[in-house]
Amino acid sequence: MEITRSKVDRKPEDFRSRQLRAQQMLRGDLDGTDLEEYVEERLLLTKFEDAQNWARKNAIWPLGFGLACCAIEMITVIGSPRNDLSRFGAEVIRFSPRQADMLILSGRVSIKMAPVIRRIYDQMLEPKWVISMGACASSAGMFNNYALVAGADKFLPVDVYVPGCPPRPEALMYGIMKLQDKITSEPNEGWRERYKSAGTEEASDSSASSYGRPEADSQPQAAGQDAPRRTPDDA
Amino acid sequence: MPDATGLELVAQRVRDAVHEEAVVGTSFAYDSATLVVAPERTRDVLEHLSRSDEEPYEHLMSLHGCDYLPEEPRLGVHYQLMSMGRRERIAVKTRLTTEDPRLPTVTDLFPTADFQEREVYDFFGVVFEGHPDPRRILMPEDYEGYPQRRDFPMGGEPVLFTHNEHKLPRWYD
Repeated sequence: MEITRSKVDRKPEDFRSRQLRAQQMLRGDLDGTDLEEYVEERLLLTKFEDAQNWARKNAIWPLGFGLACCAIEMITVIGSPRNDLSRFGAEVIRFSPRQADMLILSGRVSIKMAPVIRRIYDQMLEPKWVISMGACASSAGMFNNYALVAGADKFLPVDVYVPGCPPRPEALMYGIMKLQDKITSEPNEGWRERYKSAGTEEASDSSASSYGRPEADSQPQAAGQDAPRRTPDDA
Repeated sequence: MPDATGLELVAQRVRDAVHEEAVVGTSFAYDSATLVVAPERTRDVLEHLSRSDEEPYEHLMSLHGCDYLPEEPRLGVHYQLMSMGRRERIAVKTRLTTEDPRLPTVTDLFPTADFQEREVYDFFGVVFEGHPDPRRILMPEDYEGYPQRRDFPMGGEPVLFTHNEHKLPRWYD
């Protein structure tokens, strides 16, 4: 959803007259249509979810986590003033998965590294997103052999794939902006909801674990605490 | 670097000191001297060459495995020795079959052999007897098979190019 701001005030007013009206308002002299106009001018109306998603979109904190040569490129994209990712609010690298929102898989994913990545991903708090950066993380690339996992999406949900070997900084930034579009257009915050995979929790007590927030009225298809959990077979 | 004659002298000294059949052969190619030794005598030969030979090679530069697939015995383990003082190198090779390949460890002679023997075990399945920590080093510990052997499948997934499109029927499914 697009948040737009348009000027309500139709009369061209100079600064002084607006100041005088503010004084009147504070004194309580404004009433009726004048008061309504005054309030309308200063309000921005939106839905709570939209405002929340807008805030999330503009504060994606990536995890400081590199796998291989793409990591060098990822660091220059996120950390360097040349590319200036802070324009899009995704430059605050967090080195604890508890504080990070986005995992950038930058490089080869070896079979030995896969459980480590999965554990880091599980330690991140919802909402969380994953960008698969480069050919290796997306499909093992040129290292298509016994040592690598061909595609990181075999063991964790990936939101955006960025092709390239390594991708240009512009490409990774475009991927992050695509992710921002996804965040604003996708109301579900938990990846299990996004990918319709409720019921695949690894916890031993599946009824006690709840990923994401309690369901809002706008998502009647998602199961509550009492209803039987949906499995991927039901979908 | 010993020349071809010097290599024969080294081989004869090893035969005299270790065992008559310790040295299986020698080869001198591309300015590189190589002793081919019997696997069960490898450790003794290396101990003699590094400690008690009159021209010792005291430094183990590299220890690595190799698979000569069509040839038998298939596996090879190479030790590259160097003398820092004389700036001379010599290679010691040994050949093993794939059925129960075993070699005596040289970690007590050269501490650097620790990780390198683990790597050879990891990738070629050569068991070094007496190694203090004989685990895999690079592949996951529950990995099955020895991936650098040449009969090991390449792994990975088929990638679609125009030249092999007809070999992957209905790839678009």
